Amino acid sequence: MLELLWLIPALPFASALVLMLSGSRFPQKAATALGVGSIGISALLTLLVAASFFIAPPADHSYTQLLWTWLNVGGFKPDIALRLDALSLVMVLVVTFVGFLIHVYSAEFMMEDEGYSRFFAYMNLFVASMITLLLGDNLLLLMLGWEGVGLCSYLLIGFWYREPANGHAARKAFVVTRVGDTLMLIGLLLLFTQLGTLQIQDLMQRASERWPAGSGYAVAAALLLLGGAVGKSAQLPLQVWLPDAMAGPTPTSALIHAATMVTAGVYLIARTHVLFSLAPAAQFAVAFVGAATLLLAGFSALTQHDIKRALAYSTVSQIGYMFLALGVGAWQAALFHFFTHAFFKALLFLCAGVIINALHEEHSIFKMGGLRKELPVAFWTFLIAGCSLAGLPFLTAGFFSKDLIIWEAWSADHGHPGFWIAGIVGALLTSLYTFRLIFRVFFGPLGTPVTKRLGYAMTIPLAVLALFSFGAGYLKAPLLNFLHSALPATMEAHAGGMTETGSEAVAAVVFLVGLYFAYLFHLQKRSLAEAAVLNPLGSLLHRWWFAGWGFDWIYDKVFVQPFIWAAQVNKSDFIDAFYSGVAWLADLFYRGLSRTESGRLRWYAAGMAVGSVVFLAMVLFR
Amino acid sequence: MTEVAMTNGLLLAGILFTLGLTSLLVRRNLIFVLMSLEVMLNAAGLAFVVAGARWHQADGQVMFLFILAMAASEVAVGLALAVEIHRRFKSLDVDTLSNMRG
Repeated sequence: MLELLWLIPALPFASALVLMLSGSRFPQKAATALGVGSIGISALLTLLVAASFFIAPPADHSYTQLLWTWLNVGGFKPDIALRLDALSLVMVLVVTFVGFLIHVYSAEFMMEDEGYSRFFAYMNLFVASMITLLLGDNLLLLMLGWEGVGLCSYLLIGFWYREPANGHAARKAFVVTRVGDTLMLIGLLLLFTQLGTLQIQDLMQRASERWPAGSGYAVAAALLLLGGAVGKSAQLPLQVWLPDAMAGPTPTSALIHAATMVTAGVYLIARTHVLFSLAPAAQFAVAFVGAATLLLAGFSALTQHDIKRALAYSTVSQIGYMFLALGVGAWQAALFHFFTHAFFKALLFLCAGVIINALHEEHSIFKMGGLRKELPVAFWTFLIAGCSLAGLPFLTAGFFSKDLIIWEAWSADHGHPGFWIAGIVGALLTSLYTFRLIFRVFFGPLGTPVTKRLGYAMTIPLAVLALFSFGAGYLKAPLLNFLHSALPATMEAHAGGMTETGSEAVAAVVFLVGLYFAYLFHLQKRSLAEAAVLNPLGSLLHRWWFAGWGFDWIYDKVFVQPFIWAAQVNKSDFIDAFYSGVAWLADLFYRGLSRTESGRLRWYAAGMAVGSVVFLAMVLFR
Repeated sequence: MTEVAMTNGLLLAGILFTLGLTSLLVRRNLIFVLMSLEVMLNAAGLAFVVAGARWHQADGQVMFLFILAMAASEVAVGLALAVEIHRRFKSLDVDTLSNMRG
């Protein structure tokens, strides 16, 4: 069964090609069958492959399928080869499975959109690229998938291209992630020049043989890869693009900007964990970036009006948790949180899509309200996913995965009590902003009236995802056990007066505190929230957090404005001055020489005579 | 047969050539221009003959025969052109014939 591996990316890719080439000539049903069907078959194949991987694990717990040699130039020989191991299998399972559910949902969600088959072409291309990224056996193939998902992200953010703001958001996402991609490319080149290969397994082996722990090369390479991961996963300082990326259709936000693509950075670091283990400084940077991001994004999520932007900041914050886990060496915990996060965050976005659709494109949570009775399916699924995100103790998936990270942020060998505190504060924020959304949207007086109900194609994915958001936590032990063959277990170092149960108890208390304050501010006494925003300090903080800590403002002043200024100053390109100078010189010579062309015979004869004399003199008196 | 010193011969040729060139540049009448050309050609021919005499080679005189032939054809073409020009422009002043200036 493992031989079918290549079909998993190939099917969505083929379907994307067909849909793109056909334009909008296909009838809607055919486009649906192709777009959703290809992902469905891919998901099914992934299940088959996973089953055979479980039943009869291949030697060394990894299976490599060599398709062909990409190129072979001067010792540089990257293959088109797919590598399946526990890490990539888990990721591919989530991508195809959640991707399939979101495609089913989109079939109804995008029903009335004129770009219907274009949408599915992009989505299929995205899934194909994402699987290539995950299964790529060498970093170059990974980079191909990496750029592919970046392209699809750009195309889908700007899907409704008639709105100039959407195009702006798409370009912003593309340019900001490109900063990270460039760093990553430099990292790849560094690795190749130093170690002579890009094949991931060889690379890791050679790195640990040749580079002692903490060596300059290892730190530089790891930091450069971190740069790429930070760009793609919207972490500090490149997190600014993700909130704006919500301009795309909601299924896109669910699939690309919440569940899968933005976790590519987590995957990259987990994939190259050997390298990061060799570079403690870089690993500390990962943890620090994660901790800082999860706090900053958590505060920003508290202040957003737009339901999708709030969820986007929440995504940034949750990926911050994954980075924190990677940074402290809790590789498996990061993957486990990715696993649960994919389900509940995709579900939250899909619910948000239902709500926005039902309220006729209303995004502001302050104009919503009382939807509990109006949209019961959305309410219950959103509640389950929200509880999972906030970490409803001892029941939901999010609790298990997040609290594993929080605990290991202290207890792992690279852990630190500071990280633990950041995690706990982050958990408080998560609980606050999640229930703020729930209380604002579903409780209280009825806001904007509901104009549209959802059909089966949208209900079923919601239900299935809700089941997983709730139940995925019970897969903790088998999943961590399974990942063991690909990722090392966390090295427990110092418990420092704290036990796992104690940490979980604190997290549970923090959850309840967040729930209570959200209840107080956003349901029971809404005047309190308004008062908090109105007092001077509160309003300053609110505006600061609302604008995402002013990063956009800083980047605008530091990068965008000087660039625009330079472009305006240099409107007539200064390099052009050189070329127009050449043209001017040629013109000058032309005028001078055409003056000598007087048409006078004697003048020509004199010219010839003088010329002969000059040449003779040159020959004689050389 | 007394030999003429080469220096004197070449000096004469040079003087003749310079005279021809000067009159070519000074004269405006096309007939005189052609005549000055003849002088210059003959000066060159004289230089060949003198050089041939110096090294006792026949080549110098052979070259002179070539030059004579060329001068004859040049005169034929040149005079024909002069007649045609005179017919068309009613003048032989070369300075007025500057229609082909750039």
